[in-house]
Amino acid sequence: MTHIGLNHFLVISSLLFCLGLFGIVTRKNAVMVLMGIELVLNSANINFIAFARYGNFGLQGQLMALFVIVLAAAEAAIALAIVLNIYKTFSNVNVDEIDTLRD
Amino acid sequence: MNIYDIIFYLFAAITIVSAFFVVTNRNIVHSAFYLLFTFFGVAGIYVLLGADFVAIVQLIVYVGGILILMIFGVMLTNKITNVNIRTGTVQIIPAAIAVAAFFYLLISTLFNTGWKSVVAGNDLPTTHNLGMMLIQQYAVVFELLGVLLLIALIGAASMARR
Repeated sequence: MTHIGLNHFLVISSLLFCLGLFGIVTRKNAVMVLMGIELVLNSANINFIAFARYGNFGLQGQLMALFVIVLAAAEAAIALAIVLNIYKTFSNVNVDEIDTLRD
Repeated sequence: MNIYDIIFYLFAAITIVSAFFVVTNRNIVHSAFYLLFTFFGVAGIYVLLGADFVAIVQLIVYVGGILILMIFGVMLTNKITNVNIRTGTVQIIPAAIAVAAFFYLLISTLFNTGWKSVVAGNDLPTTHNLGMMLIQQYAVVFELLGVLLLIALIGAASMARR
């Protein structure tokens, strides 16, 4: 087997992305969908840091990964506040049963 | 097969297996704990890529912040009088087929692209250089992130208070 190169990390990142995508699409609970979103963001972060090391960009990839972590934290906080409000209104957080806007 | 490759495969296995159990487990709290192991595996991969500062920030922010917040969300949005919190899934087979096709597309794209990659081994010291870049070149982004975190804090607190 060859030594660990850029492609290995990109395969890991693609696997994480597809698993996160599967979690977003198939899960009914809203918090489970948020977990899938966090998996997708982590896979993008691995991509950034892999290219920061194997490209010629200095440390800008790692800085971008820091920004992505900050944005993920802000988005998780807001999304969970929304989920709490949904639970207060509907007593249910299944994403396919919250459809009172549809007519 | 040196020690770097062995540790890489170990952390990659931890990450992928934990992520698989996150998305296929029926119990939400179990999924949250598998997500914890996924975050640890990803932090290990960051260290293997020479990004030690980002790995520690990942542990502090993701594991210590976001995961705790998600467990709060799980506990506050389910009737936990029944002991096991089960959740359902929708349409596993079509989703699995579509995701597998997308994964094949991603893998074929990345293996057919000629990445002009340099030989790794020139790891810069991270913490000092990241700090200097944040203050000198990316100062505007830094301030905007502070404003964004303030907005997120005020928004989440006022929304969850109602």
